Amino acid sequence: MPIYRSHILVCGGTGCVSSGARDVTECLRNTIRDRGLSDEVLVVPTGCHGMCEMGPILVVYPEGTFYCRVQKTDVAEIVEEHIYKGRPVQRLMYSGSEEMPFIPHYKEIPFYGKQHRIALANCGYINPDNIEEYIARGGYEALGKALSSMTTAQVIDEVKTSGLRGRGGGGFPTGLKWSFCASAKGDKKYVICNADEGDPGAFMDRSILEGDPHSIIEGMMLGAYAMGADEGYIYCRAEYPLAIQRLKTAMAQAEGYGLLGENIMDSGFSFTLHIKEGAGAFVCGEETALMASIEGRRGMPRPRPPFPANSGLWGCPTNINNVETWANVPQIIRNGGAWYASMGTEKSKGTKVFALTGKIKHTGLVEVPMGITLREIIFDIGGGILDDKKFKAVQIGGPSGGCLTEDHLDTPVSYESLTALGAIMGSGGLVVMDETTCMVDVAKFFLEFTQKESCGKCVPCREGTKHMLLLLEKITEGKGTMEDLDTLEGLAHMVKDMSLCGLGQTAPNPVLTTLRYFRDEYVAHIRDQKCPAGACAALLEYRIIQEACKKCGICARNCPVKCIPGDRNSGYLIETDRCIRCGTCFEKCPFGAIEKK
Amino acid sequence: MTQMKIRNLDDLRKLRESSRDLSSARSGGGTVVIVGMGTCGIAAGAREILSEVMAELARRNIGDVAVQTTGCIGMCQDEPLLDVIRGGQRVTYGRVKPEDVPNIIAEHVVNGRVVEKLAIGRAD
Repeated sequence: MPIYRSHILVCGGTGCVSSGARDVTECLRNTIRDRGLSDEVLVVPTGCHGMCEMGPILVVYPEGTFYCRVQKTDVAEIVEEHIYKGRPVQRLMYSGSEEMPFIPHYKEIPFYGKQHRIALANCGYINPDNIEEYIARGGYEALGKALSSMTTAQVIDEVKTSGLRGRGGGGFPTGLKWSFCASAKGDKKYVICNADEGDPGAFMDRSILEGDPHSIIEGMMLGAYAMGADEGYIYCRAEYPLAIQRLKTAMAQAEGYGLLGENIMDSGFSFTLHIKEGAGAFVCGEETALMASIEGRRGMPRPRPPFPANSGLWGCPTNINNVETWANVPQIIRNGGAWYASMGTEKSKGTKVFALTGKIKHTGLVEVPMGITLREIIFDIGGGILDDKKFKAVQIGGPSGGCLTEDHLDTPVSYESLTALGAIMGSGGLVVMDETTCMVDVAKFFLEFTQKESCGKCVPCREGTKHMLLLLEKITEGKGTMEDLDTLEGLAHMVKDMSLCGLGQTAPNPVLTTLRYFRDEYVAHIRDQKCPAGACAALLEYRIIQEACKKCGICARNCPVKCIPGDRNSGYLIETDRCIRCGTCFEKCPFGAIEKK
Repeated sequence: MTQMKIRNLDDLRKLRESSRDLSSARSGGGTVVIVGMGTCGIAAGAREILSEVMAELARRNIGDVAVQTTGCIGMCQDEPLLDVIRGGQRVTYGRVKPEDVPNIIAEHVVNGRVVEKLAIGRAD
C-alpha cells in the first residue's frame, strides 16, 4: 500500500457540494497531478465537517490545517504554497477574533472546541465510500465482538447500561425498546432505521448517512443480532440522493467482505438489508405510518397498541430506531455501556447532535454532551447572532418543538428539562431567531408546515390545525380579536390531547410556547394593530419623513402600484389605503427618508 | 472479482492493520520529518530530498511518520535542510544529500540515534 505524506480532505457533504466542493476536488486532483505530486499527496472526499456555512471546507494533514470557502481559483495557491513549499495559506484560514486573526488548526476553532463527537466521530474524517477507512478506525469490531463473544442478552444489557435514548425525538430508552422486541414471539423479526428526516432546518441524519454510512449498517446489525432479526430496512427520503448513493456503496462493500449477508463471520448470524426510498411525507417519520409506507400502503399512522415490538412490519415484531440512535450503538458495544453513560446528565446520557440554523453566525452541525446549556451551543459554538443583533428566541425540536427565550438559555439541555419548558429535544433542530423575527409569524410558519403535512386520518389534527392556522392568519393580518386568542389556546390543547399520532400531538407546541412566552406580541397584533418586530406586512405602514425628503421622486417612479402621488416641487405622499406594503420605496430611497412602523 | 472474506475477528484486525496507513497521515502524534522547501531549499535540491524521504519510508514500510514541508527559515547557506522531531526533540540536519537520507531514517527516525556528523542544530 503506497504511503502518502499528505492527505487533503475535501468535504463532500451536501452543504459543501452545493457551494462547489466537487469542482474544487477535481481541480485539486488535476493540479496535484500536473505538479508531479500524485504519489505523495492523496485527495480524500469525506462527509460533513459541520461548519457548513464556511464551505467548501478543506483540511490538509498531517498539519491539520483548516481552510474555509475554498474556490477553484484558490487550489493552485494551496498546492504550490502549502503542499509544495510548506507555507500554509493564511488568507483561507478560519478567521477568529481580533486577537486571533487566523486560526490554522481544526481543534483550535471555538466551533469545534466544545464539541464531543461520537455519532459524528468519522464524519469529515474518513472517506465514506471506502470501507477500509471505516475498518481502519475500528469499524465492524463491535459486530465481531458481539458475534464472537457476546450473547444477545449481553448486547441488550450493554445498551441498557449506556442509558442511550431514542434520538429521533421521543427519548424512549433504547435498551428497553430492544428487550421488548427481543422477547416478542415470532420467527421473523425486522429492524428499521428511520431516516425520514423532515423537520425544516434539520440535517443531522442526512450528514451521518452521507459521512459515515457503515456506522448505521453496523449498528443495525448489532440490533438485529440482539433481537433475533434477520432483515432490515433503511427508510430514507428520496430527497437525500447522496445519502442513498453512499449507503448503497457501503452495503455493496460490506457484502463484498462478507460482513453483510449469509452467515456473517461464520457465526450463523445472517442479515439482509434494504433501502426504501420514501416520497417525503412528514407523517412517515411516525413509526406506524413508516411501516405502512414500506408495505406499499398509504403512509398513515394507526393506533397503538399493538406496538411495533409485537406487531410491526407485515405483522412481525419490529424495532425502529432513528439514524443517530443506530450510529451510537457500535461505539457503545466497542467501548462499553458504562463509557457512554459517563457522559451527559443523570437521565440523559451521552451526546446529542444539533443542527444550527437561522440567524446564527455558524450555521452547521454540532455534537455536544447532554447537559450543556443552550447559551454555550448558540454563543460559544455557534458564534452568536448574525450581524450582532439581539437574541430573541430559539425554536428547538422543529415544528413539533417549542420556542424558548433568553431566560432559558442557561438551562442544561436534557429530555426532561426541555419537555418541562414546553419544547422537546426532537431530532435536534435549533432555529435561532433575532429581534427582527415576529413570534406570531414563526408560530404560523411551523403550523403551516404541520397543517400541510397532516395526513388527514384523524379529525383533531386535520381540522384542528387548519382552524388554528386560520386564526393565526387572521391575527397577523390585524383582524384578530382577544377572543380568538382564547379559542386558539383551547384548540391547541384539544389537538395536542386528542390527535392520533405524534404529528398532531406535537403540532400545537410552537403556538403554545409562543403564547406562553410571547403573549404580549400576540396582544400587540390584536389590540395595537402593530407587529413589534416589523415583520407582518399587513400591519406595517410606510410614511415619508417630510423633513428628510429631497423630493427626488425615486420612490414614486419605483412604486409598482403608483400610490405615491406628488411632484418635485411640492413633494410626495404615500396613499396608505392603496399601498401594498411591498417595501420597494423603503429600499430605493437614497436618503433614508421613508420609515416603516 | 474474488475478494477476501472476513470470517472472524482476526481477519478483521488484519485488515484493520493493513488499512492503517490509509488514515495514518491524519492521526499525527508520532515522529515528524520536515523538509525545507523554500526557494533556497528547492534550488539546493530539496525536492530530491523529499522524494528520497518518501521512497525510503515506502521501502521500509513506515506509515506512522508525518512528512511535512516548510518555508525558508533563514539558513539558506545550509540548505537543503531536513528536521527530525522525535520524542520531543527537534534536530536540524544541513546540506543533506539524497544518499544521506536512508542513513538519517535508519539511525534517527527508526532507532532514535542522532546522526551527529550532519546535525547542525537542535532544540528541546
